Amino acid sequence: MMKTTTLCTLTAGLLLGAQSASAHWVYVSNEKDDTVSVIDTETNEVIKTIEVGERPRGITLSKDFKYLFICASDDDTVQILDVATDEILFELPSGEDPEQFALHPDNRHLYIANEDDAIATVVDIETRTVVAQVDVGVEPEGMAVSYNGKWAIVTSETTNMAHWIDTETHELVENTLVDQRPRDAEFTRDDGELWVSSEIGGTVSVIDTESKQIKHVINFEIKGMSPDRIQPVGMELTADGKYAFIALGPANHVAVVDRETYEPIEYILVGRRVWHTALTPEQDKLYTTNGVSGDVSVVDVATMKAEKSVKVGRFPWGAAILPKEHIPR
Amino acid sequence: MKTVIKISPALLSLMFGACALCTGTVAYADAIEINIVYLEQQRERPPVLSNLVADPEDEGEQGALLGIADNNTTGKFLKQNYSLEQIIVPPEEDVVAAARAALDGQTLVVTNVPAESLLAIADLPEASDDLIFNAGSASIDLRSGSCRPNVLHTLPSRAMLTDALMQFFNKRKWDSLYLLEGNREVDKLYADSIRKSAEKFRLSIDHEKQWIDDADMRRNAAQEIPLFTQARKYDAVVVADEDDDFGQYVLFNTWLPRPIAGTAGLEPVAWDRVVEQWGAAQLQSRFQEQAERSMTSIDYAAWAAVRSIGEAVTRTQSADAATIREYLFSDKFALAGFKGAKLTFRSWNGQLRQPIPLVHPQAVVALAPIEGFLHHTTELDTLGLDKPESACEDMN
Repeated sequence: MMKTTTLCTLTAGLLLGAQSASAHWVYVSNEKDDTVSVIDTETNEVIKTIEVGERPRGITLSKDFKYLFICASDDDTVQILDVATDEILFELPSGEDPEQFALHPDNRHLYIANEDDAIATVVDIETRTVVAQVDVGVEPEGMAVSYNGKWAIVTSETTNMAHWIDTETHELVENTLVDQRPRDAEFTRDDGELWVSSEIGGTVSVIDTESKQIKHVINFEIKGMSPDRIQPVGMELTADGKYAFIALGPANHVAVVDRETYEPIEYILVGRRVWHTALTPEQDKLYTTNGVSGDVSVVDVATMKAEKSVKVGRFPWGAAILPKEHIPR
Repeated sequence: MKTVIKISPALLSLMFGACALCTGTVAYADAIEINIVYLEQQRERPPVLSNLVADPEDEGEQGALLGIADNNTTGKFLKQNYSLEQIIVPPEEDVVAAARAALDGQTLVVTNVPAESLLAIADLPEASDDLIFNAGSASIDLRSGSCRPNVLHTLPSRAMLTDALMQFFNKRKWDSLYLLEGNREVDKLYADSIRKSAEKFRLSIDHEKQWIDDADMRRNAAQEIPLFTQARKYDAVVVADEDDDFGQYVLFNTWLPRPIAGTAGLEPVAWDRVVEQWGAAQLQSRFQEQAERSMTSIDYAAWAAVRSIGEAVTRTQSADAATIREYLFSDKFALAGFKGAKLTFRSWNGQLRQPIPLVHPQAVVALAPIEGFLHHTTELDTLGLDKPESACEDMN
């Protein structure tokens, strides 16, 4: 999910250069309302709410920004929403209980984590068929595809591994053991590192893609906060290689990590139980979904402060940003 | 261990079959076979008033089985194979004798037996090198004066349960309590724990009554209970009735319209089917699918015991009881237990630290530790016996 966001970010960045005025759309899935809210980034208000399938969680935009993919977990399907009409065009076979997914750079293969079945499903979007199912650990959750398209990663929450799937053969070739309850996985732009957050372990593991070994473990500490509450979940890595934004769940903060030293340099207070984040194409604003408070915080990247909160539906979960040049007229 | 690293050709082919794809980072030379004994003394349920009260017959066992299944899904990537040997002893038979026959040193055991039997088993010479996980007894004494270095506890103690409840009362400012105590030995233990917890969290038990066994509450609770609970002031009624003999009839029938808690009404538990946050829904659905019923506290404790073993074996690459014990007590160990905090073992008495959900039949009301109760190491240690409160001295 995050992957697409970062990708769009880049494309847009290249096309537009440094543009300051921004009026993109932020899509936010509301897990307990069966809706997707759309926020206009200029006014930071919800401009529409779209009804979707049951228990929407992971969302991501297609590489051409024409479609929004939605994991409707309780409907056991992935829905394809037409961004121009807000209509569900069709549903993809996804395997049971899809939670998160990642789109391959070929814009055709979707890698889906099936939480209840210990399986990852690969779907061909064009033919709408399941290409492969790969056995993974208990409760697969996070999904990522490397920028070069070579690797698909699944994290399994109870098995505590990042599983490496070769996208050519669809075979699981390696496993990296990480701390308890791994959630999100993100590649760096050059694919040199894979970052994996561990919710219960309270850490983020930085894994060397070449060796598949952990090269650094990041710990977090917020003054006056019990360490038990610091539970890293969604991550967003900036395109310039400088920062990582890491949502810390019930700690109600987003950590900012310096990517050179791997040290947290700032903790930004946001809403309650922050799940996932998305960066604007200019990378100047970060949108965070706050599950318990039912809102989205808008963080200014330059000042590292939350400047607004936007009320959305119940239990906002995923976020994806549609760059303004792709907004339907 | 009873079944130390035995590499049969069949096992090898099985392992490599499952593991042909995982020859990378986390691949290890030797396959490990981990056998865990599940030991249960079946219980003759004492007679109760209601015909609706029944414990699942396979309570505990199903939790252990799910733990094994979870461990094996992970194990297939690591050439580890977990198996469960179930020893279920009928009520009239001697569980200690059965244990003596089954244990022969360095065995990993999950027990669902009463406190006295557990002590007798732990003290067997055959069990001296074993690692026993207590998933069946909430006895405070087992975590205090009668602790044993070879016994860890994954079920919360009564002290953890009643502390959780009293934290909630304190938060709600329900300061004045009416305690209704049943007539069985376990009820006395529960009531004593309530008294201690009330004192710890500055609540006052202003009224106490022992239950009188001679009325049929199914027919006349509405007549009996109001009179029985007559008093001028109390904020809540706490029921100590572990076998559910009368507690359920107290609800809505008290003299003053007050909430009921304890073993009826609002109950502190290790687990219940209404727990769904923190990814718990996934554990619930796996359990439901396997057992065709919902997961109980004892199931959860047995699952947590088997999963703790799995974590230790995964990280240490060893099935040796002493190595596992050492790892479980180290600061490297953490178990993700679907309750919003990492679960670890208390070094002073071997108790698994864990949040305690306060539940009614339809929802979780609160999750203890309740916000605001602070502790210098972890807030989880505001529940149950903290180091100075435990008389356990020989854990290490």
